[in-house]
Amino acid sequence: MKFSPFFTTNTSVSIVMLKVLLALVPGIIAYVWAFGSGIVVSLILASATALLAEAAVLQLRNRPVMPFLLDGSALVTAWLLALALPPIAPWWLVVVGTLIAIVIAKHLYGGLGQNPFNPAMVAYAALLISFPVIMTQWPVPLELTTIKLSFIEQWQYIFNHVLPSGVGFDAMSSATPLDYLKTQLKMHHTMEDIHQAKFFGMFAGKGAEIVASMYLLGGLYLLHQRIISWHIPVAFLTTLAVISGVFHWVNPAHFSAPLFHLLGGATMLCAFFIATDPVSGATTPKGKLIFAAGIAVLTWLIRTYGGYPDGVAFAVLLMNILVPLIDANTQPRVFGHSK
Amino acid sequence: MTAALFVMIGLGLFLGLVLGFAALKFKVEGDPLVDQIDAILPQTQCGQCGYPGCKPYATAIAAGDADINQCPPGGEAGVKMLADLLGVEPKPLNAEHGVPKPKSVAVIDENICIGCTLCIQACPVDAILGAAKQMHTVITAECTGCELCVAPCPVDCITMEPLKEDIPHWKWRYPVIPIQVQVAA
Amino acid sequence: MSFNLSDIFKFPGGVHPPEHKVESTTQPIRTLPLPKKLVLPLRQHIGHIPKILVQVGDHVLKGQLLAEAHGHVSAAVHASTSGKVTAIDEQVIPHPSGLPDLCITLEADGKDEWLKHAPLDYLNMERSELIRRIAESGIVGLGGATFPTHVKLRPDAKHPVSTLILNGAECEPYITCDDLLMRERADEIVHGAMIMQMLLGSTECLIGLEDNKPEAVVAMNAAVAKANFNAKVVVVPTLYPSGDSRRLIALLTGKESPAKGRTTEIGVQCFNVATAQSLYRFIAHGETIVSRIVTLTGNVAQPGNYDALLGTSVRDLLQAAGGIRDNTDDYVMGGPMMGFSLPSVDVPMTKAMNCVIASTPDLFPPPPMEMPCIRCVACADACPVNLQPQELYWYSKSSNLEKAQEYQLFDCIECGCCSYVCPSHIPLVQYYRYAKSETIAQERAKRSADLARIRNDERLARIEREKLERAKKHAERTAKSENSGDNNEKKAAIEAAMARAKEQKETITPQNVENVSANVAAEIAAVDAARVQAAEKPE
Repeated sequence: MKFSPFFTTNTSVSIVMLKVLLALVPGIIAYVWAFGSGIVVSLILASATALLAEAAVLQLRNRPVMPFLLDGSALVTAWLLALALPPIAPWWLVVVGTLIAIVIAKHLYGGLGQNPFNPAMVAYAALLISFPVIMTQWPVPLELTTIKLSFIEQWQYIFNHVLPSGVGFDAMSSATPLDYLKTQLKMHHTMEDIHQAKFFGMFAGKGAEIVASMYLLGGLYLLHQRIISWHIPVAFLTTLAVISGVFHWVNPAHFSAPLFHLLGGATMLCAFFIATDPVSGATTPKGKLIFAAGIAVLTWLIRTYGGYPDGVAFAVLLMNILVPLIDANTQPRVFGHSK
Repeated sequence: MTAALFVMIGLGLFLGLVLGFAALKFKVEGDPLVDQIDAILPQTQCGQCGYPGCKPYATAIAAGDADINQCPPGGEAGVKMLADLLGVEPKPLNAEHGVPKPKSVAVIDENICIGCTLCIQACPVDAILGAAKQMHTVITAECTGCELCVAPCPVDCITMEPLKEDIPHWKWRYPVIPIQVQVAA
Repeated sequence: MSFNLSDIFKFPGGVHPPEHKVESTTQPIRTLPLPKKLVLPLRQHIGHIPKILVQVGDHVLKGQLLAEAHGHVSAAVHASTSGKVTAIDEQVIPHPSGLPDLCITLEADGKDEWLKHAPLDYLNMERSELIRRIAESGIVGLGGATFPTHVKLRPDAKHPVSTLILNGAECEPYITCDDLLMRERADEIVHGAMIMQMLLGSTECLIGLEDNKPEAVVAMNAAVAKANFNAKVVVVPTLYPSGDSRRLIALLTGKESPAKGRTTEIGVQCFNVATAQSLYRFIAHGETIVSRIVTLTGNVAQPGNYDALLGTSVRDLLQAAGGIRDNTDDYVMGGPMMGFSLPSVDVPMTKAMNCVIASTPDLFPPPPMEMPCIRCVACADACPVNLQPQELYWYSKSSNLEKAQEYQLFDCIECGCCSYVCPSHIPLVQYYRYAKSETIAQERAKRSADLARIRNDERLARIEREKLERAKKHAERTAKSENSGDNNEKKAAIEAAMARAKEQKETITPQNVENVSANVAAEIAAVDAARVQAAEKPE
């Protein structure tokens, strides 16, 4: 027995996920250009772990393996996590993080479509709390260093913790601009002085701002493809810009500029790829605006006053908790109803 | 140490007051429990539960004398609704009280009926029409399918006939799409 | 006169499925040869089943009333050709259930002889009389909803109609019967609309068409000009489901019909163009509804539109369309968005049948595996009612019917937009249909339970009352006998009564006790014994 409608659009979960992956590619290319090929190693590691974990859990849960493996959602989670982790982290960090994302954050809650929290952000938060030191060591932008590791050398370092002779770890790693900003502000340095640091680019971290711009480009592609709606990115970026702008305007010496917030940290990745995760996010148009604005406020608060350099992961998770409440209270007016 | 103790006691007292106040302020004035239970029961008045009707069974449940799984016409769905109402775990129907059957109505074979009125006296909802030594008939629309009229009939002229599905009563079924495991290309 | 696009309002959502209308619009409307047998279901409309007026063996003429409208909302059924009534029984009708329903079978005598009929002098007729006559015409909404037309034309003092809308949008893919009707019989449609305008007392008439029917727009504009009728042909952009009456009303007037009310509450009444044409045929020629235009398309040799008699079997229809081609595995009645699979090709054509699509696995492939909902809300973006289909799905799937109703399940028009765009290929509409009919069934069960509760309570009260009355009588009698003190007289009376009873008992012989089976005899004996026992035991 077949039911109407007897035909459907030629779309599928796989196609949706594939387009998300495609939209990440410009960002990844910029990443490699700015920080070297370490990220590629992380991506490969995360993808392989995610697919294996997904297949194993599906098998255990007695679900059809192939259709769910091909849906691509595990890959999206893996890529988002890999892009959020420092690319010079040891291999086990990526593997443990991916396992947390797929096994705990996704499948323990019921698998695709059931997870209340963004799996990549759950894993990121778990790693950040467990391994704070490793999680805050980021590579120095290639522009600023003479040390350029080849792909093989990256591989060697990530797996065996072996650096080519004559290269010290300190020479190739540094704090992130957000991190640096926070420690310097604690030492009562002014914003102007802080921005003199070599790894600050025009608006935010050197290199990082280029990567962020490429994420923006990918996000615009998703908007064009109607994979995401405008509500979340616009509400998130606007709120973040307004709140940081107001404080920066009041006290420019103490609060960083809006563009620093927009192009620094994981802002762009969050705006178009993380907060827009449909499963764990709000669904009503008004709800999406509230949800995204909430993430923006929390992100700014954590960045400015919190203990961790970037607050995106925690902000997203906190707002995930509120999603059912937001959705239930922002139901749009149904056609023909007066409400 | 003492300060902490006082703080905790004070906190306890304060929260206790808040809770007590809330309980009074937001008290839900609902139907008495018996009526709420009775509203869930299917009102077949069949007595399969061991009580002489739905209301007595509801009273027994409310008093804690009867379990919630004694009503076959209510089915598992009925047990679940009772469990939700009473805040207890649902349990499978107790087979001692019978098993759920498709909704049926009593039909009197008018060639056999001797007009004894025994079924009329048995019917809990007065759904049988007739008089002494007059042929009886069942008002189908009012019959609850309790089967109480079947046993008293001296000539076995009453049968239970499942209601036939017709277009006005037809229901769309729950969509069951066979899972086809695709072989990877 | 034509509107320009800036005057068109909007409704939320909507989709653009492939149209497939060209296949069936290359040929003009063709008339089907007279079939040998016609099966006329009594339930071809929404509402009560009509009352049968003929008997098996009767000879009837074309257009003769076979069953008359019965009840407030009901529609008549007429003989669609002359011939003999050969059966009145249950046969499978075109309904998604595949269940049989009451039908009248006609054997055509081949003469196709009309019952004497004449135009109605509608301008000099009492309005209520005219409505009564239209109720006899059997006309129902021919767009597929089949709501009896006379009910919608009844005057309603509370909600006067200011705007009459003719629906020629025909947004469903594949279906072109209204398109062809407008191209070829625009004059009749416009005259039908003029009659409707007069009956409703409306001051404005809008005729809505999608912009994918340019020929029909030209024809309708010409007909409006020729009739010198103050109507506006409004061209709306092609967007499914703009042909849904409430969506079309929103497009043309910018007003939303109340969800729980009728469109007349905002002063609008909407009819399908084919309905207007049928009304014209009835008023101007006295012809009751005996035929309709049906689109036969898909995997048939000669797709097109056919003027066919009601009751013609789908098998005969497909034969006329050149027969089906290889690989046909299903027959869809209606369009691909809202239609349903016919239970068999031997079902008769009804007033609701606007289209039959012979389908193949290539045309309508089986749905891919249903994946979990990822809450992407593509469905909510497509929903023309602004519902949240992902929430409705969640609650319908878990049979949480109360919650589903909270999310306005019953506002869903089952247009199929949500299922159409779902990347997880979830048969969303099917879940809503299930939840709706389950809710209706539960409400019905609740009503009958309430009735049973009242009847049981009243019965118990009656038994209690009788007991009290008896006790009261008994007490009165005892008091009386004590007062009179004449015990002997009373004793004698009781004895006399007992003797009478005994005599009576002996003279009455139970009936139907001869030649009964051993079983029954034993049971009678048991009952007799029980009676004796009961008689011995005082109450």
